[in-house]
Amino acid sequence: MPPIIEVTRLSKTYRLGERVSYHALRDSFTHLLRHPLKTLFNPRPADDLWALRDISFAVQPGEVMGIIGPNGAGKSTLLKILSRITLPTSGRAVLRGRIASLLEVGTGFHQELTGRENIYLNGAILGMTKKEISRKFAQIVEFSGVKPFLDTPVKHYSSGMRVRLAFAVAAHLDPEILLIDEVLAVGDAEFQKKCLHKMEDIVKDSRRTILFVSHNLPAVVQLCARSIYLEGGRIKAIGSTPEVVNRYTTKYISQGKVALAVVSGRRGSGSLRLKSLAIRNQNNQSEIHSLDRLLITAELDKSLTSQQHLRLVLGFYDPLGVGLFRLDTGSLSAAKLKGKKVFISTGILNLTPVECWVNYSLFIDGILTDHAKKAARFSLLPTGQESETTNHQFATTIIDHQVISYGQS
Amino acid sequence: MALPEIVIQPRRSLFSLNLQEIWQYRELFLTLAWRDIKVRYKQTVLGVIWAVVQPVLSTVIFTVFFGRLAGIPSGQLPYSLFVLIGLVFWNFFSGSLISISNSLVENEHIIKKVYFPRIVLPLSAVVTSCVDFFINLLILFAYAFYLGYPPHTSLIIILPLAFFTTILAAAGSGLFFSALNVKYRDVRYALPYFFQLLMFLTPVIYSLNIISGRNSLIMAVNPMTSVIESVRMSFSSDGSLNPGLLIISALSVLGTLLVGLWYFNRTESQFADIA
Repeated sequence: MPPIIEVTRLSKTYRLGERVSYHALRDSFTHLLRHPLKTLFNPRPADDLWALRDISFAVQPGEVMGIIGPNGAGKSTLLKILSRITLPTSGRAVLRGRIASLLEVGTGFHQELTGRENIYLNGAILGMTKKEISRKFAQIVEFSGVKPFLDTPVKHYSSGMRVRLAFAVAAHLDPEILLIDEVLAVGDAEFQKKCLHKMEDIVKDSRRTILFVSHNLPAVVQLCARSIYLEGGRIKAIGSTPEVVNRYTTKYISQGKVALAVVSGRRGSGSLRLKSLAIRNQNNQSEIHSLDRLLITAELDKSLTSQQHLRLVLGFYDPLGVGLFRLDTGSLSAAKLKGKKVFISTGILNLTPVECWVNYSLFIDGILTDHAKKAARFSLLPTGQESETTNHQFATTIIDHQVISYGQS
Repeated sequence: MALPEIVIQPRRSLFSLNLQEIWQYRELFLTLAWRDIKVRYKQTVLGVIWAVVQPVLSTVIFTVFFGRLAGIPSGQLPYSLFVLIGLVFWNFFSGSLISISNSLVENEHIIKKVYFPRIVLPLSAVVTSCVDFFINLLILFAYAFYLGYPPHTSLIIILPLAFFTTILAAAGSGLFFSALNVKYRDVRYALPYFFQLLMFLTPVIYSLNIISGRNSLIMAVNPMTSVIESVRMSFSSDGSLNPGLLIISALSVLGTLLVGLWYFNRTESQFADIA
């Protein structure tokens, strides 16, 4: 069987300046009048920006391929080319099957139209036929949970309802090839769980081939067997997801240390601040799996005097802002510190895989001197021994417990 | 089942119009047209009233100022009917042209996220203008019968011809402007002004008879000249139209259509990048 997606030496360049969102005809005219020679003989500075460079890969039918990489790596450009929204500059791609792309949920929703009408409109835009939509209509409505408001214009919907309706339509697409870009980062916590669940159903359906772009590494590990790591428009790694994710995390999240000077929105009196925050596992590795212990190093910008007492509180949140757990050092004297550094070792992280964001508050003698939200982030990765307990559809925390035996001894 | 094989590569050909593909996307075309109509007539009363008020009010004002005060000749027809015919077709033309021109910019968010043959957008934009046109046409017929000027049977042929000529003329330049609009956003604000000027270069408020022979041939480059004059002819009994005018208009429609299609086609693949 030939690969269902075959990409050969695909490249895309943007001329710098072409990405300026739009021009005014008036400006072009005045430019021509002011610099007639320059404009006519040297139309534009030839500065090319390579969004993608020599990308080649193949995807087999039924495969789910993850695409990861930092911002600006070319992930979205790749999906846009494969969705035929934009053309490549060179190279070619062959796709064998019907394609649907979900680069956003709710594309083409119209505020004035009702929920019912928008299901048909959005479905048609995503490539469904009217017959197909009518057949799945009940399921879509059921999934979205907006049944009572079906005949209300969408402009009266809450943003959550709009997103739910939009995802419901998208989730019922039935193409051979599905291209998905980060659409999971929508809705409230409850609905997001439902989306992930639905995603897993879609993924498990072996008739479908999926390319999945995401920053949510635990989700990629969970859903995709193979992945591509893009950076600067080139493929840095391709292969089994754990290996590829490993390459990516060692490069990016790896140092595991955040210089906090770049973090904005800091509060507190400022008399003493954190300089950096490093989060690693018990073996001082940057890649952290569930069931690891954390080793946290907080560095202060000034030394603590012998009379001062310090208290550091760290809060850990999932990407939706739901608190996972927190640490509180209590009051520490300078003797507990090593120079300007505080070392904290945690117990076992009994969490299912999740992206973690870290907030912190630093108190000196009871006064808040430094505070920042989302100061650091790390991915809590699956252990590798995939079992039902690490499935991130389940509750995030597993608490320590034992079975009390009342049997006769 | 044989799966469609889609090959994605840089554009090579100078011009490609995949009619089969456009046919495959006919449902999207219908849905988008349905959306536009639905939204436009959502406030049903207001939508329909606007379609009625616009030509009636213009007719009254033009009749008072150009018919009565300026005394512009209108042949055998009463000036009010004469100018209403002109306005109904002119509004259809300029309405279609403006909605085609804005069709890409207004659907920018869809263009950036989903693939479909982009020409579906300008095509579906025409449909709304057609609805307005048919409402206007009803007013026109009602008024003509009321005044006692029923149209000749020749209208059965002339009306469809006029209808399609107007659409093709609007489509030709509309396609060009819609693509230009994506690149240069100020085009959108300049267009209505030029259409207003163009109306005075079209025999809407005056008759082609007051123009000398050679100049009238130049005016025929504007296809709406022939459209409006022919429809007026089928309501009155005067004169016949110079076939030379019709040929010039037909060539002009064909020319703009080709240029419009070519420019649209050439820039189509960049819409998502520059929009």
